[in-house]
Amino acid sequence: MDLLALEFPPVSHLFEWPDIFLDGTVFGINKTVLIYFGAVAATLGLFFGAGRRYKQSLVPAGMSNVAESGVDFIEDSVIMQTMGPDGLKYLPFLTTMFFFLFFSNITEVIPGIQFPANSRMAIPLLLALLVWVIYNVVGVRSQGFFGYLKNSLFPPGVPVALYIIVTPIELVSTFVVRPFSLAIRLWANMVAGHLLLVTFAVLTATLWESTYVGAALPFAMLVLMTGFEILVSALQAFIFTILTAVYIGGSMHPEH
Amino acid sequence: MLLLSILAESFTEAGEFLEGLKAIGAGLGYGLAAIGPGIGIGIVVGNAITAMARQPESAGMVRTTMFLGIAFTEALALIGFVVFILLLP
Repeated sequence: MDLLALEFPPVSHLFEWPDIFLDGTVFGINKTVLIYFGAVAATLGLFFGAGRRYKQSLVPAGMSNVAESGVDFIEDSVIMQTMGPDGLKYLPFLTTMFFFLFFSNITEVIPGIQFPANSRMAIPLLLALLVWVIYNVVGVRSQGFFGYLKNSLFPPGVPVALYIIVTPIELVSTFVVRPFSLAIRLWANMVAGHLLLVTFAVLTATLWESTYVGAALPFAMLVLMTGFEILVSALQAFIFTILTAVYIGGSMHPEH
Repeated sequence: MLLLSILAESFTEAGEFLEGLKAIGAGLGYGLAAIGPGIGIGIVVGNAITAMARQPESAGMVRTTMFLGIAFTEALALIGFVVFILLLP
């Protein structure tokens, strides 16, 4: 795409990577998959490393400090705010999900990688569908099949005549739209961030070639946006986790 | 309409004209989709700040709820953004 003599790479060049290993098969491994492997390794390494440290001494330091404050953060500001003490059994799931998403988002600003793995739809959608299965199973288990359907389709405290409108909306929003909006929220935020950074990087490079001074403004924006994207990476991982907790909490404790 | 027909004549192929219309539609679509969520997020954050200023001891709970509200409001803007990418020629 040409914009005012500015060579902007087409969107497919920014997000589609050629296979590196096992080219052409279903198991082809490209940059995105490698980043996911790295994120899994980082998550495992963080918690197993922290666990090994606790065997030496119980005073948290270094890696175990990070792991402990992460677990504390998920417990205090995610589970206690949304599910209450009953939800503590979901602490391992939510903590690992938060750190996995954070590590695969933060590659967006790591020099040399600079690609958020979650800007490909596969893993966000898979995680969102997993969350969908979990909260439906939890709902059916804790309220019974018909109780769960009744509580989610006929929310209490609504005038009876309004159920004609409310029930179809609830049906669509609870069982169909929820996983997709969860996946799209993460994916589109990462796509938008990557496009933003690419735009300012391309602008900087082009202006540096023609006028050296002119590159200062887009470069300043690039630095600013990189800082902003660090915030967004952490925030999107947090929002995915807390929405999961809200959905599970909603099917554990129905409104009365 | 007059402008559109003049524009249409200046293109040699109809496909090119349609591509241009698609690009305009994509840009306008994203812009229009961003208006409502922009106002909505402003209301959410503004009220959260008022609540935090009135009761600083409940700031933690308010912040969590604020992020939830932002996430739900933002979804509409993001759907607009997805349509924008899908429509790009």
